[in-house]
Amino acid sequence: MSAGHLPILQVAIPLIAAPLCVLLRRPGLAWAFTTLVSWALFAISILLLIRVLADGTISYHLGGWAPPFGIEYRLDAVNSFVLLVITGIAAVVTPYARQSVAQEIAAPRHNLFYALYLLALTGLLGITATGDAFNIYVFMEISSLASYVLIALGPSRRARAAAFQYLIMGTIGATFLLIGIGLLYMMTGTLNLADLSVRIHEVPDMRPIYAAFAFVTIGVLIKLALFPLHIWLPNAYTYAPTAVSAFLAASATKVGAYVLLRFVFTLFGQEFSFERMPLMEILMPLSLVAILVGSGVAIFQTNLKRLFAYSSIAQIGYLALGISFASTSGLTGAIVHIFNHAMMKGGIFLALGCIMLRTGSVELSALNGLGRRMPFTMAALVIGGLGLVGVPVTSGFVSKWYLVQAALEADLWPVALLILLGSLLALIYVGRVIEAAYFRTPAPEAPAYREAPWQMLLPTWILIAASLYFGVHTEITVGVAERAAATLLGGAS
Amino acid sequence: MDILNHINYWAAIALAAIGLYAVVARANLIKKLIGLSLFQTAVFLLFITVGKITGGTAPILDAAYEVYSNPLPHVLILTAIVVSVSTLAVGLALAIAIKRDYGTVEEDEIHAEDSAAGPDKA
Repeated sequence: MSAGHLPILQVAIPLIAAPLCVLLRRPGLAWAFTTLVSWALFAISILLLIRVLADGTISYHLGGWAPPFGIEYRLDAVNSFVLLVITGIAAVVTPYARQSVAQEIAAPRHNLFYALYLLALTGLLGITATGDAFNIYVFMEISSLASYVLIALGPSRRARAAAFQYLIMGTIGATFLLIGIGLLYMMTGTLNLADLSVRIHEVPDMRPIYAAFAFVTIGVLIKLALFPLHIWLPNAYTYAPTAVSAFLAASATKVGAYVLLRFVFTLFGQEFSFERMPLMEILMPLSLVAILVGSGVAIFQTNLKRLFAYSSIAQIGYLALGISFASTSGLTGAIVHIFNHAMMKGGIFLALGCIMLRTGSVELSALNGLGRRMPFTMAALVIGGLGLVGVPVTSGFVSKWYLVQAALEADLWPVALLILLGSLLALIYVGRVIEAAYFRTPAPEAPAYREAPWQMLLPTWILIAASLYFGVHTEITVGVAERAAATLLGGAS
Repeated sequence: MDILNHINYWAAIALAAIGLYAVVARANLIKKLIGLSLFQTAVFLLFITVGKITGGTAPILDAAYEVYSNPLPHVLILTAIVVSVSTLAVGLALAIAIKRDYGTVEEDEIHAEDSAAGPDKA
């Protein structure tokens, strides 16, 4: 009985927990409560994924109102997998956040911080779970508004400027999405995604549908931060509190990728998106530029958070590249990369948080000789970095393998070469980190930093170990991703 | 006249363009927020226009009427207005925090202060 309500609990629990969190004035209490909620959500998402894989799509009718009139939560292999990624990241980042937040944010604000964090989580989960177009918009704004404030809580005053810039860009993106949804509603008279995907083919040649496609795609690409719509991302990730950077880098852009997949494949359909509209011709060059420019700019950064923020832009390029192939291996690569990149980038930002806690800085110069002082933190950072390069045995290799395979299948060998070139560029910026940490001696006046506390190391290593584990045992992630790709391409679910 | 038949759509497009222009071209953060609100309001107008049915009346069931306007866009826009107001509130709060930290709400002066302070220093 209660198991039938799991899809809505996934969203309702954090939504109700957020205001409750405001009431918990003791910082430790708010943190413990949030951790409990995030673990419960993770458990629910595991149950949901198992059920979806066993029984196929779950359709949950909110308040018992049947779709298309009522709001429907519709879980298939794609979004239950994304739910698992988001809640998994939250379940690891929340326990970690305690010390990191204690250092970076004033204690009286901790309950507000955790409340906002839960709201951001609510929004991300809602976007993913819902089967209603307008619902996506509302949840996107819930998560965005919460993230603007979370970013603004960063210690430097630049965090406020970065949050404001993100607010402007993010609101324009969400409003574009709203225009697109309005045009779709105008032409089809429905907001239910499943219903839309049927009715849209009754009116495919109307101009508003083309306009809707353009508005929706651009709106989502702003949220996804695909080059050249990425300018909000580096500042936002650099100046946000480290726990927030880790959470957003690992989850928010992944949800953007999911929304793009959902609209392009489920709603508009592959035929419309790639044959009537030139999505491949637009997405592929942009993602290749994102890969090269993102990695290239990352090489010249001295602030590590900014370095890995630019690396995120490159990794988003890989995601979008996989989508642009519109083939089974391309989509498998993109969906596996949603998972793998969440693990790697989450782990990296958590390691940066450990460095921030001990040295008080994330400048590259702070790393000098840190390989000996903080061996576990630095090892995590390096393994995560090697994953970004795509070294075999790390999970980054798996996603790149599928992307290269997709490029070769499509007879686009220059694209395959550019993917490899991107990896080489990544090797350079990861190499700079390794060089500073292991081959430079610390400045003589630098204090002997201790290793980070285990409460922070353990979450970091869980993510890094997961990225290694799923680099070797690919059958779970790739298996789910292949089914998700088949679902999107209209095969059996 | 085609333009007069679709006057609401033209108004929405004009408002959206003015709003977006203000967001891009103005350096003052408050003016940017005004532009952003204008842009969002234009979208509300678009939605409300879609809900209008010629000759339709308010959607209250009555034997005397056959044609009703579509109430759903109004409901959606009610939600979107709430979103828009919250966005504006968060934006203004950020602008106040920026004014407190930087002593200005002009974007070029904020950039100047940031570059004067050196890369990535508070």
